[in-house]
Amino acid sequence: MTAHRLLALADGPLAGAAFGNIIVACLLALAVATFWYCRKNEIWWQALVEVFSRRRFSVLVLSLYVALALADSVSWVGGGGGEADGVLSHEARSLVDRFFSGSTEKSYSSPLAAAEFYDKTPLVRSRGHLLGTNILGQDVLYMTVKGARVALLIGGLTSLIAIPLALFFGMVAGYFGGRVDDLVFFVMSTLASMPSILLLIALIMVLGQSTVSVCVALGVTSWVSFCRLARGETMKIRELDYVVAARALGVSHAAILWRHVLPNLLHLVVISFVLLFSSLVLAEATLSWLGIGVSGSWGQMIAQAKDELSRDPIVWWNVAAAGVAVFVLLLAVNRIGDALRDVLDPRTLGEGR
Amino acid sequence: MLAYIVRRTFYALLVVLGVLFFLFVLFFAVTSPDDIARRAIGDKALPQVIQQWKHVHGYDRPLWPGPGHATDNLFVEHFERMLTFDLGRSDADNVPIARRIREGAGPSLLLTVPMFVFGLALSILVSLFVALFRETYIDRAGVLISVLLMSIPMLLYIIFGQFLLSKVLRWFPLSGFDPEPAVVARFLALPVVIAVLSSLGSSVRFYRTLFVEEIYKDYVRTARAKGAGEFRILQGHVLRNALIPIMTDVVMTIPFLFTGSLLLEAAFGIPGLGSLVVDAINANDFSTLRAMVFLGSLLFIVGQVLTDVSYTIVDPRIRLK
Repeated sequence: MTAHRLLALADGPLAGAAFGNIIVACLLALAVATFWYCRKNEIWWQALVEVFSRRRFSVLVLSLYVALALADSVSWVGGGGGEADGVLSHEARSLVDRFFSGSTEKSYSSPLAAAEFYDKTPLVRSRGHLLGTNILGQDVLYMTVKGARVALLIGGLTSLIAIPLALFFGMVAGYFGGRVDDLVFFVMSTLASMPSILLLIALIMVLGQSTVSVCVALGVTSWVSFCRLARGETMKIRELDYVVAARALGVSHAAILWRHVLPNLLHLVVISFVLLFSSLVLAEATLSWLGIGVSGSWGQMIAQAKDELSRDPIVWWNVAAAGVAVFVLLLAVNRIGDALRDVLDPRTLGEGR
Repeated sequence: MLAYIVRRTFYALLVVLGVLFFLFVLFFAVTSPDDIARRAIGDKALPQVIQQWKHVHGYDRPLWPGPGHATDNLFVEHFERMLTFDLGRSDADNVPIARRIREGAGPSLLLTVPMFVFGLALSILVSLFVALFRETYIDRAGVLISVLLMSIPMLLYIIFGQFLLSKVLRWFPLSGFDPEPAVVARFLALPVVIAVLSSLGSSVRFYRTLFVEEIYKDYVRTARAKGAGEFRILQGHVLRNALIPIMTDVVMTIPFLFTGSLLLEAAFGIPGLGSLVVDAINANDFSTLRAMVFLGSLLFIVGQVLTDVSYTIVDPRIRLK
């Protein structure tokens, strides 16, 4: 159907570099806007500094992942070396692709292997693969680095879908109450009553398998809890004196929502975003194992371990590399999330879940 | 009281209808019967073959009600059949879905009930222990370990658990299932341990927050002033009061015990409802998937009504809202 075609288009001709980079650009713009907003606002700037000083190492680790993801997003066509990787001449290759250019072997090789695995063909890069190669002979370090972009894209794109949606409906429902609230609440309880993993699977099966449809499905299943939180908080804010005063002065509903309600929900947005992010990466790993994940993700590398760990000799480097990459990223994100919650709002989220 | 129960039940029915409508849109309107047929028998199938397949599986009628087919359409049939629990037959192999669900429920419950009981008991114990030593290094270490455990995908627990404990150390069978009471525990031990471990982090962190919040309340100070020991305070006062939010959180997961755990069942070859879903994914079996989503939602909605009603009995303040 139409939605189907649209998704197919996004994953077909617009796939990879072009489409992904639009999202990366959006996310980057959002990050810069957030930073600028914080710089302008004394309270937010203080909070940011506080979080940074508490979690210096985690922030550093997260920046490294973001840097790798950006390095994999900067791509252009041509420049030679593509033939060795089997890339067509009109396809763009990123900085990371170029760095690891010509490193593809025939099949598995263990970390820093020097001898041939099977066949009598010597390795292209003897001792050159720090983390070995996978079944297709791709360098595992290369695939792990590329996974950073996929993970951040899943978290970023899904949040980009889920959070504005949840914020809008939560605010409108909480502020206006009555029929609007009833309707939004009904939709929320309908979606929330479906077991999220089953709903995820159903959505992906229906929308077809692609990065975008996985993100859409994750967005649909994850916006409800934040919407409920935003709705509850808006209902509290609605009763506060400054909102009543603004109303009495004749300020329009839209202006009140924008100027008085939204800024007071921003701390919840930030906390929810961070918590959502780690749950999305975890969910993607589950989906990959079920065979409906995003291609090139760490989840898929981990899922390959099903077969690899029962090989002889055991192929452990693929799952180990991806596992460590996921673990370190999520640990950094969770630690930053904890600090953010402590600094911004020690109580609300505990009650809201 | 009765009015509340009636109102709550009526709303629950509305939500059930909402779920059914959503499922119809998803499984009939967005993916048309033609799409379902093509997924099942291949993209290049001849139109007659697709028509034949649709006829056999009952997809060859108009989607929406219209003139001439006010009741004889998929929309009405979908609601009618789901509401009367006529779940139909699998799109993949024509086996009645209800039978599959009856067969799978047992193994799923055998896995999820111990997982739930041990998980809850262990996480309450650990979080109480951590709360007892709040604001010391033990507390900080406990929180850090919780976050560490939370940051590992369930998948990795399964893969490494299976590899280390079954393959290398050979403590447990690698996978499989046998309903014989004497041996069933052998097969279920490892999945249960893995499930408990993987959920421990997030629940300990959550429960610890609840306990610590409770510890700083006035009645605890009163209890301490009157000379009650720390242990007595924890189990007599803090645990009791914190149990209310914990139960709210826990009761909502009970309905999902029935639908099993997808990853664990698939990884350990337990023929439960989770495996049923995984098989349905691999076989493009939309009717089974549809039935499972409906069943899961129904259980959740019923569970929610029961919780809400029992709360109003326990706590009259809620009834007034």
